[in-house]
Amino acid sequence: MAPSCNPRSLWAPSVQPSGRPPLLCPPSTPASSPPPAGRSTLRGRRPTQAVARSPENPPLRAPRRHPNIQQQISVKSQLPMDSAVNGVRQPPARAGSRLCTRCGERKAALKRPKTLEQICRECFYIVFEDEIHQTIVDNNLFKPGDRVAIGASGGKDSTVLAYVLSELNRRHKYSLDLFLLSVDEGITGYRDDSLETVKRNEIQYGLPLKIVSYKDLYGWTMDDIVKAIGLKNNCTFCGVFRRQALDRGAALLKVDKIVTGHNADDIAETVLLNILRGDIARLSRCTFITTGEDGPIPRCKPFKYTYEKEIVIYPYYAILCIYSPNAYRGFAREFIKDLERLRPRAILDIIKSGENFRISTTTRMPEQGTCERCGYISSQKLCKACVLLDGLNRGLPKLGIGRTKGVAGGDSDTGSFDTVRLYKLTNYGCEMG
Amino acid sequence: MGWAGPSRPNRTDELGRLSLSRDCGKCGAAAVAVAGGLGLCGECFRAHLFGKFKLAVTSNAMVRPTDSLLLAFSGGPASRVALQFIHEMRSKAIESWDASNSQALPVFGIGVAFVDESIMCSKPKDEIEMAIEDIKSIVSGLSAGVKAMHIAPLEDVFSTESEDGEGRLKEAVDMIGDDTGREDFLRCLRMLSLQKIAMGNGYTKIMLGSCASVIACHVLSATVKGQGYSLPADVQYVDTRWEVPVILPLRDCLAQELTLLCELDSLKTQQYLNSLSNGINSLVASFIERLREENPSREHTIVRTAQKLKPFSFNKFSADGYHDFLPSRLRPKFQKVDSDESTFSETLCLICGSPFSESELQNLEGTKHKAQKNIDLHTAHCCQSCNFQIIPSSENLNEHFFSLLPKLWTKRVDTISASHSLLRPNLVIFPCFQMAAIGDPAGQLALVHEEEQYTSGHCKANSRVTMKF
Repeated sequence: MAPSCNPRSLWAPSVQPSGRPPLLCPPSTPASSPPPAGRSTLRGRRPTQAVARSPENPPLRAPRRHPNIQQQISVKSQLPMDSAVNGVRQPPARAGSRLCTRCGERKAALKRPKTLEQICRECFYIVFEDEIHQTIVDNNLFKPGDRVAIGASGGKDSTVLAYVLSELNRRHKYSLDLFLLSVDEGITGYRDDSLETVKRNEIQYGLPLKIVSYKDLYGWTMDDIVKAIGLKNNCTFCGVFRRQALDRGAALLKVDKIVTGHNADDIAETVLLNILRGDIARLSRCTFITTGEDGPIPRCKPFKYTYEKEIVIYPYYAILCIYSPNAYRGFAREFIKDLERLRPRAILDIIKSGENFRISTTTRMPEQGTCERCGYISSQKLCKACVLLDGLNRGLPKLGIGRTKGVAGGDSDTGSFDTVRLYKLTNYGCEMG
Repeated sequence: MGWAGPSRPNRTDELGRLSLSRDCGKCGAAAVAVAGGLGLCGECFRAHLFGKFKLAVTSNAMVRPTDSLLLAFSGGPASRVALQFIHEMRSKAIESWDASNSQALPVFGIGVAFVDESIMCSKPKDEIEMAIEDIKSIVSGLSAGVKAMHIAPLEDVFSTESEDGEGRLKEAVDMIGDDTGREDFLRCLRMLSLQKIAMGNGYTKIMLGSCASVIACHVLSATVKGQGYSLPADVQYVDTRWEVPVILPLRDCLAQELTLLCELDSLKTQQYLNSLSNGINSLVASFIERLREENPSREHTIVRTAQKLKPFSFNKFSADGYHDFLPSRLRPKFQKVDSDESTFSETLCLICGSPFSESELQNLEGTKHKAQKNIDLHTAHCCQSCNFQIIPSSENLNEHFFSLLPKLWTKRVDTISASHSLLRPNLVIFPCFQMAAIGDPAGQLALVHEEEQYTSGHCKANSRVTMKF
């Protein structure tokens, strides 16, 4: 159990395997913080007295937020400042000594990671949500009446995404039908925990939840796969299967769009990794906010311009995949965090670079076809999932891994960096603390 | 050579770097280096690098017999190797000139430039002087062939008739708040300084020693600074957007290879004046170093990625007029650069020279129409990255900052604002920014003249720089 958080609270981490230390609970977490509320306080109150509302964001009703969030933020808002102590131009924040630069009324409670502005908690909520709303509107992500599946892993990004999206849907009348869609890879101690979170979200936000499992789709759980092939290359299986599982789940739900919780840090990292790998085709599309528009179900990333740090302090939550110590990505992620410390806007600049790269229109892009066996989109005769599955079932698990000509595309254990890991299994844990 | 080289490095040490074979893959002698998956002996390794250099020079028509080259020499291994190689190429050309019957064609000339940035470093004066003496001795140590050695203090680009450059440079640099911005600003000044030396002494090309490792760092740091659009301009062999075209023949060599070659051939280097940095550039450099440990060819992959981006039209020598007065058998071939625009019609950043992306152009157009103040126009003529990291944010400082900048930079914009009313409103690019991609000094001189013509409003339709409407 993670003792520091009320298990009933909205974003409380779910049961931790007893062997692992509770992740990401900085010493400042008030172990005795008494979140005063149960589920009913989902409709709790945020201080409404002087919330500066932007013109396009008229006060509809008393904005609701779980009091827990505020409590958590009041503690966690120290996080970016603490971590920025060894940063360059970031003097230790003297919360309370300054007024919010946005509303000028309340005391600044945190330094906004994206801009380093000192703002109050209320304004942070407003700018955070408004930016996402703006991204959705500017990019025409949704049409009224769309059925939208939220790829929900139970991690911080998708949990915040589910909350923010249902909130914005209500507030700005997107008239979307939202669903939660989860994939159960069958990783004991990791996915079964996070699925608990998703199930909680289902009840809390009143969003219907669909879980598709590897076991049902492919007959293998990740635990089985790891038993068969060991810890090397297992991320390839997981990534390929998950991508397809998500599409299949979405098809079952008959949705028009899938949204995923990829944030600005993820996208910046993907841009860098594609440069490091020389993958020009992926480099050109990894910054698209909507991908797969020619496929059956497009996916989009409403958090494209949202910093991971802000998602972390919005509520506070993270969990670590036990099978994914991906060193290569770790490198790049660390680099991005260093960059952010030097210059917060570097993340946005990387995304901007990615969008502006002069990629010749004649660059050959892989052609899209369908898999002969299962009918899923594929650039080869058989889709990657079928090749991998074939290997597993025939007892040749190395089939389809590595650079083999003639077998379905994609290579190496780093997987593809296109829309990396639809649900992210990153080791945020160690980086954010 | 005239100096005592450093003692030869320990052989066993070098062999420690080998992972493949201990024999040279070409001649069977003991290998000292690994390149392209082969162990190579010293001799073959040298030939391998020289081959890359020569291929870059010849396949891109970098050097014509009539050229006069200015080599930017920093004292580091890369420019040291470039100096050695180009000197060698010239010696061979002279040999064949001596042997030929006609002796009608000239052999290209070489000059060396060193930009003295000691004003920005805090090291003791006498040591700086010694380092510069060292650099002079390296160049003079080469057997005859180097036409001249130019040592130009960086502050020279800031000096005006009335004022000394030193104070102005320091003042301008002090106004830049961002560490990375300061570093990049100095880099731009270095290029300006080289351009000035080249123009003042009749050089037709500037050769830089930028190697693959440096370019890989630049690729990532440009990405991080949001300069993705202009990035391909900086990673090509040829860059003619400057008054004097710039060539990068070492683009395919790694820094480690060049350092190793300097060790093996006991080429003396002098890196005392290199300054340490703590901005984004050094963070990127250490990141790349880490990647290299994991995969030695990572830098090549990064450079290759950047090469897949579409270069600009100024990234090649334009074919017409380039080969005049050369017999056809001596005309070097042109590399095919994939670019659709036939003429050079990019707007360039005032400070760093990056081509403008669409959004920057829009911003510039918007400013042109409404801005009354010169200062707004100046700001709009800088790319977004320079605007963020170099130009001071407060408006008062801003104006002063631009008044300090070298006139060579600001003049172009002033010319535009002065003549803006004379030109058609839908003029996309003012021709002064279109530095014709020509290699001859006469053309460049003509360009300067043209600029003056435009100022006085005598715009001639038959100007040799194409105007785009």
